[in-house]
Amino acid sequence: MLDKFKSTGKKATRDGFGAGLHEVGKNNDKVVALCADLVGSLKMEDFIEDFPERFFQCGISEANMMGVASGLASCGQIPYTGTFANFSTGRVYDQIRQSIAYAGKNVKICASHAGLTLGEDGATHQILEDIGLMKMLPGMTVINPCDYNQTKAATIAIAEHEGPVYLRFGRPGWPVFIPEDMPFEIGKALLMQEGTDVTIFATGHLVWKAVEATKALEEQGISVELINIHTIKPLDEQAVIASARKTGAVVSAEEHNRFGGLGESIAQTLMTNAPCPMEFVAVNDSFGESGKPDELLDKYGLGSNDIVAAAKKAIGRKA
Amino acid sequence: MADISKLERIASQVRRDILRQTHYASSGHPGGSLGCTEYFVSLYFDLMDYNADDFKMEGKNEDLFFLSNGHISPVWYSVLAHAGFFPVEELSTFRRLDSRLQGHPATMENLPGIRTASGSLGQGISVAIGAALSKKLEGDNKTVFCLTGDGELQEGQVWEAALFAHHHKIDNLIVTVDWNGQQIDGPTKEVMSLGDLPAKWESFGWDVTILENGNDMAAVHQTLKEAKGKNGKGKPQVILMKTAMGKGVDFMEGTHHWHGKAPNAEQLENALSQLEETLGDYPYNPEYHAEHA
Repeated sequence: MLDKFKSTGKKATRDGFGAGLHEVGKNNDKVVALCADLVGSLKMEDFIEDFPERFFQCGISEANMMGVASGLASCGQIPYTGTFANFSTGRVYDQIRQSIAYAGKNVKICASHAGLTLGEDGATHQILEDIGLMKMLPGMTVINPCDYNQTKAATIAIAEHEGPVYLRFGRPGWPVFIPEDMPFEIGKALLMQEGTDVTIFATGHLVWKAVEATKALEEQGISVELINIHTIKPLDEQAVIASARKTGAVVSAEEHNRFGGLGESIAQTLMTNAPCPMEFVAVNDSFGESGKPDELLDKYGLGSNDIVAAAKKAIGRKA
Repeated sequence: MADISKLERIASQVRRDILRQTHYASSGHPGGSLGCTEYFVSLYFDLMDYNADDFKMEGKNEDLFFLSNGHISPVWYSVLAHAGFFPVEELSTFRRLDSRLQGHPATMENLPGIRTASGSLGQGISVAIGAALSKKLEGDNKTVFCLTGDGELQEGQVWEAALFAHHHKIDNLIVTVDWNGQQIDGPTKEVMSLGDLPAKWESFGWDVTILENGNDMAAVHQTLKEAKGKNGKGKPQVILMKTAMGKGVDFMEGTHHWHGKAPNAEQLENALSQLEETLGDYPYNPEYHAEHA
């Protein structure tokens, strides 16, 4: 089953966003885009080239950008805002909370350079709290796709969803392994591999690390169920509960602080429905630092080896 | 030609509503509401084109209004009710449990006439700009109005919005600043001086109008009417509207003391005695439930 998910080379998830934005712009003339001086980083050039009248450069003024997006949405447009994840969330939390989430506006908050894999720029830009911030907002949909193809598909899919969305993606070139034609369904977990000993729930860049970990575990005779949770909110609770009941041991894997992330949402679901041993592969309540993406993931305990170790630990804790 | 005396009669009733709403809720913000009554009445009872019977969020081919300083909700609610957006009796529910009339305006309860949530300051101009941009995209030549407090100009986002509106030539937007010189902790010049306000807006590239008496109905109406006539002239507009906080009630006027304090029974009686009941006070019914809540 995992054979369906083979790497065909590397591309950045932000490139998937750029391609998806361009595509959705062609198909839906209500889609407008805003950017806070990071057009190149967010790969928005193709959209701007073809739809200049539907693009609004906001300069380095993220708070205003969120408000303008709210007003555009109020009048029926579908705004996509683009900037780094840090400036898409923490910097403008109150603007999102009041003018977008509470006001119920159909704004798509598109956030690049999330997590440690931003790399050399260091901790000022490596936000590891954004999923938590966004999932706490009532009505906010939170999506963290795992590769170029899934990010492109998600970017297109969110235009059809009525309501605010936080779409999180990243900077580095990353293996492309989701089939190009795979439909993206908001809120629906993607079963990548069936197994019986342990379930790995992974999101974002760490899905590829989980694929590597799954292969390593299977070589050691451990049967792994691998599930990609691209939509952190609303969480596909049915899929989570069913798999945990089947395998009886669970690992979450995400490029985020262990507080507020995917693991926390899964733990809450399982604790009230199907308690079982669970391990968390996530940043352990710290900031990041400068370095190369893979170096950082290894140093902060987010490598494939860490997922393997967590899986064994969870299995070992079964009653 | 607008009938100014008719607008003044409406304003008197709106002021009574403001006082009664805040009194019955034992909370709310009468000061700024009383100061901006002429502004609201001019817009909703003469200058704005809107459809109160069939409220649509998108507001296509309608003039739109956004309130940035959401705490002055009592004046807006009264004006919306008298303009036909919802029954005047619903003013009884202001700030009560299960009400559509939240302490600060909100869209969650689907109160007709409200297009965004406001209360956390500094955000309204940005939202109004977005609405104005949408009108341009849709080829809709109506006007977007936005009211902001003056203390609120201490928020950095306001100046981000000021840059944007000039850069993108948002000339279908009229921002009005309630220039009452007061904020919660005291006179604005003592809390955080705004400096030369007209020069600031001019340097940001806006068309600036100073309205010396924002509580003179004829002057307010005339200024807003002229501003509306400048829609499409290439620049965003700001009206710096000098008002007296607490206008119309002698013991509330000109002080920040009544910014966020409701009158008690005795104070209410005194205040109401100074304002003619022109349209009939709304029947106070705390049990009222909106049909479409």
